[in-house]
Parts: sequence; C-alpha cells; structure tokens
Amino acid sequence: MDGAMGLLGGGGGGGSSGGSTDGSMSTVSKAEVVEQDYVGLMSEVSSYPAEAELELGLGLSLGGAMKAKPCAWREYGRILTAKDFPSVVSRGSSASSSSSSGRGTSTTAITGTKRTADTVAQDVGHANGASQVVGWPPIRAYRINSLASQVKASTAEEDDHSIFGNDKNKNSAKKDTNNSNNKNNSNIQEKGCRRSSLFVKVNMDGVPIGRKVDLNAHSCYESLAQTLEDMFHRPTTTVNANRSSGEKEHNLMVEAAKSSRLLDGSSEFVLTYEDKEGDWMLVGDVPWGMFLNTVKRLRIMRTSEANGLAPRFQERDQRQTPAPRLRGSKPI
Amino acid sequence: MASKRQKDSPEEEKKQASSFPDEVLECVLGFVKSHRDRSSVSLVCKDWYNAERWSRTHVFIGNCYSVSPEILVRRFPNIRSVTLKGKPRFSDFNLVPLNWGADIHAWLVVFASAYSFLEELRLKRMTITDESLEFLAKSFPNFKALSLVSCDGFSTDGLKAIVAHCKNLTELDILENGIDDLGGSWLSCFPENFTSLEVLNFASLNSEVNFDALERLVARCKSLKVLKVNKNVTLEQLQRLLVHTSQLTELGTGSFSQELTLREYSELESAFSNCKNLYTLSGLSEATSLYLPALYPACVNLTFLNLSDAALQSAELAKLLPHCPHLRRLWVLDTVEDKGLEAVGSSCPLLEELRVFPAEPFEQDVVIGGVTESGFVAVSQGCRKLHYVLYFCRRMTNSAVAAVVKNCPDFTHFRLCIMNPWEPDYLTKEPMDEAFGVVVKTCTKLQRLAVSGLLTDLTFEYIGKYAKNLETLSVAFAGSSDRGMQCVLAGCPKLRKLEIRDCPFGNAALLSGLERYESMRSLWMSACHVTMNGCRLLAREMPRLNVEVIKEDGSDDTHAEKVYVYRSVAGPRRDAPPFVLTL
Repeated sequence: MDGAMGLLGGGGGGGSSGGSTDGSMSTVSKAEVVEQDYVGLMSEVSSYPAEAELELGLGLSLGGAMKAKPCAWREYGRILTAKDFPSVVSRGSSASSSSSSGRGTSTTAITGTKRTADTVAQDVGHANGASQVVGWPPIRAYRINSLASQVKASTAEEDDHSIFGNDKNKNSAKKDTNNSNNKNNSNIQEKGCRRSSLFVKVNMDGVPIGRKVDLNAHSCYESLAQTLEDMFHRPTTTVNANRSSGEKEHNLMVEAAKSSRLLDGSSEFVLTYEDKEGDWMLVGDVPWGMFLNTVKRLRIMRTSEANGLAPRFQERDQRQTPAPRLRGSKPI
Repeated sequence: MASKRQKDSPEEEKKQASSFPDEVLECVLGFVKSHRDRSSVSLVCKDWYNAERWSRTHVFIGNCYSVSPEILVRRFPNIRSVTLKGKPRFSDFNLVPLNWGADIHAWLVVFASAYSFLEELRLKRMTITDESLEFLAKSFPNFKALSLVSCDGFSTDGLKAIVAHCKNLTELDILENGIDDLGGSWLSCFPENFTSLEVLNFASLNSEVNFDALERLVARCKSLKVLKVNKNVTLEQLQRLLVHTSQLTELGTGSFSQELTLREYSELESAFSNCKNLYTLSGLSEATSLYLPALYPACVNLTFLNLSDAALQSAELAKLLPHCPHLRRLWVLDTVEDKGLEAVGSSCPLLEELRVFPAEPFEQDVVIGGVTESGFVAVSQGCRKLHYVLYFCRRMTNSAVAAVVKNCPDFTHFRLCIMNPWEPDYLTKEPMDEAFGVVVKTCTKLQRLAVSGLLTDLTFEYIGKYAKNLETLSVAFAGSSDRGMQCVLAGCPKLRKLEIRDCPFGNAALLSGLERYESMRSLWMSACHVTMNGCRLLAREMPRLNVEVIKEDGSDDTHAEKVYVYRSVAGPRRDAPPFVLTL
C-alpha cells in the first residue's frame, strides 16, 4: 500500500524473512525469530516519524508506545536487544523495563511474558491507575468493582504494600486465612498483601459525568491527585467549558509538569471525600491507609463551596489558602 | 387460493403466482420470531416485504448507528419491543471515552409518536439519562419491560420515575451499569397497589433498599418469577423473601454470610427446600462452606449456576455440584482452581457452558492459584457436551487445548484469555498458534472466538482457512504483520464483528477488507498501526461505511489510535462528540 508496510511486511510472517535483522539467529525457535525481527526493526528506528506513512516496527508494543514522545524511541531502539528475547523462559525479565510510569516508555511490553509494575502502557484517555494496561484483562468494570468491594470489606488497612509483590506470602497465607475468617472473600486477597483494585467514583463540580479511580494504584495522595487532575483535564466539552480562559478550546491535553494543585490549594477546586459516616472531608488529613479504609467516594469540589467542610478544615479558614500540609500525606 | 382474495385491484391478475392473501401471509409471518428469518422473508418479494414489516412486533438493532429511528418507524409500524445495542464492545473495558454517544433519547422521542404502544425496551451499552427514563415512563402507557445492561448516564433517581409511573411493569432488569447509585429509595416508589412484576433484578446496584418495601412488593407480586437482589440483603432477609416466592425460577441472593442461629439456619434451609422450581441461581457473595449446604435442596433442578460473585474453594464447589445434576451452565471464579474444575468434570456431565473468571485479574506475578491448562482439560474430559467456554488463566499449553477440543469438538464459542499479553505455551515456550489452529480445524461450528497468548500470523492463517462459520473474532496483542488480519478478512465469509487491539495490523490490512465491511456489523481497531490516511482512503472508497476515528490527546495527527468502522443506512453520525472524527 505504501512504504510503511515494507517494514512490517518484511519482518512478519513467523519470521521467515530475517532480512532486516542480523543473521545471528539461524537456529533459534520460531518465537524467538519473530521477536528478533522486532529487535532488528526497532534498532533501525532512530527517530519518530514525521509522516504517517512510515510505520514503525511496533509489532508487540502496546498502544501507549504510539504516543511516545520522540525521545522515547531511542529508548526502544536501545533497550531491546536479542538477549531480552525470549524472556519466555525467564519470567523475571524486568531488566529491560524502564521504571517510569509515564506514557510511552514502556518497553517490557515487548518481552511479552511478565509485566511488572514498572511496565506501563497508558491509554491516555483513561488514566485510572498507573500500573495496568487499560482494559486488560477484558473484564467488565462492574465485575472489577464487585471484587474490589469484597476486598475492601475484609482487609485491614495497608499503607505500604508494594503494588506487585509478596507472592511468596500469598500461597501459604491463602490456605490459612480460610479458617480464621468467616468471610470467604479473604481468599481473594490475603491480609498484608496487595489488594487488587479499589475503585471509587469521582465527581467534579460542573462535570455531569463522573469517573472512577482505582485508589489501590496509588500509594500517596500526591499521585492520586495527579491522576485526578489528568483525568479531569481531559478535554470533554463540559470540562472545557469550565476551564478558565487562557486555555485552548481544542482537545489538547494540558500536559503541564505541575504538582498537584488540587492538594495545595492553588486551584479553584479542592479534593474531598465522603467517609463511611457520610461526612465530607478534605482529602489529605489522615494517613493514606486510614483514608483508604474510610473513603467511599471522591468529589472535586469548588473551593468556594468547600468552606465549613469538616471541623479540621475550619481551623484553617483563617489562612488564605488551605494548608500546605495537604501536599502529600504528612500531618502537621 | 388466489380466488379467495378479498381485495379488488388491477394488480390481481398479475399476482396469480402469489397464492396467499396478505392477511394470511401476515398471520403466518407472525409466528416467525427470529429476526434473521424475518430478514430473509423480507427479501423474497415486495409482497412479503410488506407483510413482514406489518407483522413485525420486535426489532433487534445490533448497532444503534446503523439505522436511524426515523427509518425504523417508517419501515416497521407495529413495533412493541425494541432491543438496541450501542457502543462498541470494548467500551466495557474503558477503551471508549465517556460521552461517546449512543444516547437513547432521540430514539425515545421518535418512538413516543410512532410507537405509543411500546412495551419493551432492552438496551445494551447505551447512554440513558434520568430525564430519558422519566420521559420513557410517561410516554408509553403500556410499558412493561425495561432491561439495561452495561449502560450509563443515569442514576437511581431515574429508576424512581420508571417504578412510579409504569403501572404495568413486568420486568425491571438493571445489570452491570455504570450509574450513579444515589440510594435505594427507588424501590420504595412502587405503588402499594402494584402487583404485576415478574422480573426484578437489581443485583448490581450497591445501595441498600428498604427491606420492608421489598418484602411487601415480593409478597404482593404473585407472578414474580425472577428475583435478583443485591448484596445488602442478608441471609435472614432472604429467607423472609423466599417464604413468599416459592414459584421463583431464577434467584439471585444477596450476601450469603451472616451469623445465623441454629433456628434461623433451619428456617433458611426449609425456605430453600420450597424453591423447587429454580432453574437459575446467582449471587451468593461471600458464601462460605457454613451456609452453602442450606442451598442444596434448591439446586435439584438448576440448569444455570452463577458463582462468579462467590469466591468458592475447590472443596466447597466439589460438595455443591453433586446436588446440581442437571447443570448446563456454570460460571465460577478461579478461586476454585484446577481441583474445583476436576470436580466440575466429574459432577456435571450435562454441562454445556463454562465461564471461569479471575478473582485477581490485575495480579501480574507468576501463577499463584487460579486455574491452569490442567483444569481446562479436566473439565473437557467429563463434560463432553461443552460448547461454550470463557476461560481466564495465566498459563496454557498447545497440547492442552488440543486435548480439550478433541474431547469437545462442538464448540460454538471459544474464548480463551491468557491474562499476560504475549504469553507463550507454558511448557514449550512456543507461540500458541497451534492451539487456535486445532480449535478452528476441529470445531467446525465455531461462531465466536477470542484469542490470546503469543500468536503469530499463523494463527490467523488457520482462522482464515478453517473458521468458516466464524462470526465474532476478538484479538488482542497478537499477530506479526498485516498478513494476519488479511487472512481473516479474506477467509471468514460469515464474519460480522471484528475487534482488535494492540496488534501490528496497519493500513494494508485495514484496506484489504474493503469488500468485507459492508457485510459486517462493525470493525474495531485500537492501538494498531492504522493511520489517518488509511482511514480516509477507506472512507472514500466505501461511502456507505461510517469510518470513525477517536482522537486521543497527545497522539500525533497521523496515527489513528482508535478506529471504528461500521455499515450504516443512516449516514454519518449527527451527534458525534468532538473527539470522534467521521472521515
């Protein structure tokens, strides 16, 4: 069709044509050959294409890769080498992964076996958690939330679990907790281990449609607030209508490197949550784990409406802006 | 027969060959229910087309944008029941932005004038607001059945309007929707003299309803056949409901875990003993081995057991299943593990459908618990009639799949989801091509296929070559080049729905299907290598297709991140949001 196809066409088809790679893999298995092709293709990429027609060897990359900023391409070319494939054998091949959770820098995606927390392919429009491929595995949101709410009901607070880990504990814990706990849902998640997800609704004043965010994908207020800001700065028409003048009308993402304005009070909005008792509290007052335990849902509220929110907030009424303590989770 | 015509018209002589009077034809056609049969009927000749359109009372529209409400009401004047599907299926997995469309309101407005006798509305993946629900409740005096599956845009307040105004309501089925749950008071809005309810499903709503109102409702609706409550209904409350509902055929319990006294337990047990008519059982969240036995008497006639909300262990499942000798469909969580599936194999010889859902879908470490290839094989050994499978696992082998289809060659729906992308054969480390190859070669009746694992173009060559009855194909993280998709488009004559994500298919592949898309319902491609130019070319060549690209922020302007192509007689969408570009 166009020049683009040549790159992929030559490299595909089960690796029969190894033309674009080094000839150093004559005896490798089919799988390896396939992936080797991509290595070759990758290393030929030196810059992000200006024209659309130059399709890159993104064979096994996830969607996020396509949105990579130009510099990320070099990483692709650099990181992927023959010995990264086939990590089909070694399950712990995180060597090739970049550790950032930013968009477009996910590279272990290519290795194809184990994806750790470090590998992130973001679908830009749906940043509901920094550590998963969007929409994968293909499970309806309802079911995910249903599992999550079972977990929420049964586990104690956990502040500092890593998102992926503790698998050694799991197996033994799994069999034991059965007896000590009436609720069977403890089998879904052992105490002390990572929860799967904890989705809560988020509504923003002036935005008719709410979103959902996975609280367990974050370990601190800062990252949660950042995610929420990204989520609600998406250019839906209604959000655009609410933005202050000076921003572009068209659908461009506001990609500013900012600290969470929601938490430091410099935004016209503040982040609040409804707790188990039905009270609306300002986010950031309590330790993260305690917050996870009591939060029912979130609301991004206009600062003007947030006065008299909760006793703690009123103490700070005397100040010009909400307390800086809200940045992060450390109480004063 | 021709002489019995009552109408006198000059065309009579020309119609010698048509032997039925129109009225008889319409009467006969009234018995034809399948919409595919009806489509065939309508193609025979003009008379039959007319007879068919006058006699049709139910219409199914698989893609709400393929036709407009105006066209619909013009063709079918007597519709009483409408089923509409809206968003692409991948919207269930958050791949479609909010406010994409598929809003029912425009349809309702047209229906209000053309189908004032409308009785049933079933929506899947559509957007419906509270205002629309209220409009619906007030515009159709005969309205009986509302089913909303995987919809969004409304809140429980909208349900209040339906409940309060639809005097003849027989069915209220609210399933798995992304809605604002503002509380359970909607249930209390059923008028006290309301008795017509036959189906009530609010299992996926989270807030608590007023139990007294529920109990009274259930007690006075003597025709109630289907009752699925949500998790807030306790065991003890369930028992009180069951006292009134021995005629239930489908039951969804609330939470199945509570501290019960001995007396309460035996009351529960006897309540279940009275439920001899149950065919379907679901709910059972937090069920434990303590209380499951209370269920056993109710399972004797069960054909569908949905345990996907109950994290059962293998032993519990193994004890439960022998009480369900007639089981045909079983949904479980993978907490039952391979051992539980062995029990399925040995206890459920009549099983036709099995779905295994993951309890921890986002856990990405090495396999811990869950089910594996051996559980799959174990089920197939005992359940030879299996024809529908949805299997989430973290490891699989080509040989296991081969064994499975050897045992069960009649698969019509084979959906295998190996949860880590590009996961190869667990033992041989090879791609999973041969697994799906053997599936399509052996299962000649295969209609629906979802592939996963490490797959090269070979898989798709197999599919194109052998899957001649395939209608729906879901592909993610698979293939090596355009050739894969080309093989499928060229080789599967009955393909109707193709959904692809994160695959190396580009413009050549997209355009190779030029001739195909008009005979398909839709094509979805996201995170592939398709460009805007490729899409524009497709749109130009095929004017009767709607080629839509969903723009994502930050992506460059040449790449088409999400492409949705579908045939339509209604032309391009008029309600597309700014991020949907129609080419």
